Amino acid sequence: MSQRPDTQDQAEFREYCRRWLEENRPPAPSFRLPIAPIEVSSEEQRQYLCAWQKKCHAAGLVGTDYPKEYGGHGHKGFQAIASQEMGRAGVPFMINVIGLGMAAPTILVHGTEEQKRRFLPPLLSSDEIWCQGFSEPGAGSDLASAQTTVVREGDNWIVNGHKVWTSLAHFASWMILLGRHSKADKYNGLTYFIAPIKDAKGVTVRPLVKITGETGFNEVLFEDVIVPDSLRLDEVGKGWTVAMTTLTYERGAAEGAGSGGGTSVEEYVNELIALAKRTRRGAGTAWDDAVVRDKVAQIAIRAEGLRQNARRMRIEALTDHPMRIPLQSKVLITELIQDLSALGVEIAGPHASRYLGDPGAPDGGHWPHAYMNSYGMTIAAGSNEIQRNILGERVLGLPKSK
Amino acid sequence: MALTKDLGFGPDEQLVRDQARKLLKDSVPVDKLRTLVARDHHEAYETKIQPASWDEGLWKQMIELGWTALSVPESAGGLGMKTIVSVALAEELGRVAVPSPLPATLAATVVLKAAGATSWLEKIAGGEAATLAVTPESGSWEPGDTDVEARAAGGGVTLHGKASFVQDARKARLLVVSAKSPAGVALYVVPVDAPGVTITPDRIVDLTRDQATVSFDGVAVDAKNVAAGEGKGKAVLEQALPAILTLLAADACGAAEWQLQTTAEYAKSRVQFEHPIGFFQAVKHPLVNVMLAIDRAKSLTYAAACAVDEDPADALRLARMAKAAASDAAAFASDRSVQLHGGIGFTWECDVHLWFKRQKHTEQLFGNATQQRAHLARILEAAL
Repeated sequence: MSQRPDTQDQAEFREYCRRWLEENRPPAPSFRLPIAPIEVSSEEQRQYLCAWQKKCHAAGLVGTDYPKEYGGHGHKGFQAIASQEMGRAGVPFMINVIGLGMAAPTILVHGTEEQKRRFLPPLLSSDEIWCQGFSEPGAGSDLASAQTTVVREGDNWIVNGHKVWTSLAHFASWMILLGRHSKADKYNGLTYFIAPIKDAKGVTVRPLVKITGETGFNEVLFEDVIVPDSLRLDEVGKGWTVAMTTLTYERGAAEGAGSGGGTSVEEYVNELIALAKRTRRGAGTAWDDAVVRDKVAQIAIRAEGLRQNARRMRIEALTDHPMRIPLQSKVLITELIQDLSALGVEIAGPHASRYLGDPGAPDGGHWPHAYMNSYGMTIAAGSNEIQRNILGERVLGLPKSK
Repeated sequence: MALTKDLGFGPDEQLVRDQARKLLKDSVPVDKLRTLVARDHHEAYETKIQPASWDEGLWKQMIELGWTALSVPESAGGLGMKTIVSVALAEELGRVAVPSPLPATLAATVVLKAAGATSWLEKIAGGEAATLAVTPESGSWEPGDTDVEARAAGGGVTLHGKASFVQDARKARLLVVSAKSPAGVALYVVPVDAPGVTITPDRIVDLTRDQATVSFDGVAVDAKNVAAGEGKGKAVLEQALPAILTLLAADACGAAEWQLQTTAEYAKSRVQFEHPIGFFQAVKHPLVNVMLAIDRAKSLTYAAACAVDEDPADALRLARMAKAAASDAAAFASDRSVQLHGGIGFTWECDVHLWFKRQKHTEQLFGNATQQRAHLARILEAAL
């Protein structure tokens, strides 16, 4: 069932995507692939996933709506179709997720012509991986309190500071960086840069180990790192505005340069039912338990609700406030994944004590792993508590919380 | 199957909805509603027979605007509009919580449409209010479960037994009765004043509806009363069920939106600890959670309404989801609307109890959230 009818051009493109994905689906690797791009940790995973993104880009499934002069394919309204079809085909995800989802749209909106021509083509092809330097040890939910300093020296800026929770920094060539040029003004004292990471003098990337026991994200230290002024995005003092563009895309309120692949929420719901039907409980299975069925049905309703929100969002007459549904999507998807993973753990019972690598672990240890990992998503991109402040203030008009 | 881009909600549909929203907002301000149904708590709950007050003038306006004819097919003198229009109307009625026979009439219309009962649909299009008398005293919402029997008598049939939980029976003119016979369930349309029909009002919590047990004491019916013949009634009710659930879900969504907006307004004006209480996250975040629940329910409700017309094979799944989500949203919005109003929210004087009570009633009709999910789990399992 499609979400909306395609025009003839869109239908043809969709058919092309389907056929291409069917014919070019990559063989399963001999090693385990992480469930999300932010957990890519090994070199073999990187190579496999970069090769796949490059191939998808060449075929027009990534950067689909971006101008040709910036390495895109110059279409309009086709990216969502390509991303949907990749999701439906269940193919591997795009590794350069920060680049495609956040850096590319930010550069497209705020970058100079030169910056767009230089950075977008290798970003789309995954020849250059990107990471995001927003959060700091003292600037999490209160992002605008970032303290990493940028000091102008002639044609250069000198960067000093400490960024954390930096997914993909260990593979990254570039970082989108929020820096402070002035302490006098919290918001207007911020300026936005493209910072070199790989092989840059004064940059140290250290892996952070997550509760899952995996690496995949990092802390990045800057000690007198030189960044030329030509890598500044938009004007000095406009950093907060530029960061808001990035966050709009990060929180899923707008379509980036490509996404798709990975496992869809609908598939997870079906896997949950399958798990319940094969998990023994007494004389029967967990699915025979009405309480389990009720909980699975609650998850299924939330998953379908998310899908139908996306459909309703396009019909102005059926939405009460233009940002009401878009601003909800981050909270809804991350909490759904968290709760459905927790339910998988509950259904699997003692078997869920077995982790990745244990031959007796249901679905290879997916449920406890996905559950622990889900906290990355409910905390990242502005914790869900911050999202609820934004919804309460911008949509319901409640007074601003400090 | 490709579905309509706009969920079937185009300019014509919006026009009807916007007109309804305006009329109801202008004609049913809260103080008028209070005067109608909650002027006096003795009168509301302690008189021998609970009053069933409603605004008959407003009902006449609704008829003149064609609201009873909207979803009646053109072949039966109606406007033949999409299900989503009735659903949008139901949402507006829930928002103002107005006592009216329209929700019951819309549900009856769905059943009579499924039965192809043209002559009775013509009466509804012309402004006759109708209601479903299809539920047994056990409270089962399963299509075909009924305590009414159809017995052969002479050349015709007589109806015996009782229908329970009949909505707005004292506002309706026509009853759509489900009755069992050895050959299976049939549906009959019986005027409320037919000899042998007795309407005994229930005393209910909800002040914006009336509900009754209707007894049939040898009520004679003939061919013209038959909407679905013996053995055909159950299938007709099953076919109508997705739309009935969706209409109820819409009522709950509309009422929940009123509860959300009213409570948010209160949170902006009520000051404690030198701040409007909406400043505090213990108030702000629950209100946002109510909004998330409402939006999920609305999206599922419109999707179900669209599926009733365009993808009937998937309509029951979406309608069960919609009614479950809307019942949960109704319960949650009701809970927070009273709690966050604080002490005043617990009083008769505060308006929130009128919506709270309507929601408690809507939650249960045709199955509450838990019951919907029990059915849904079987649908999901079958689709695997």
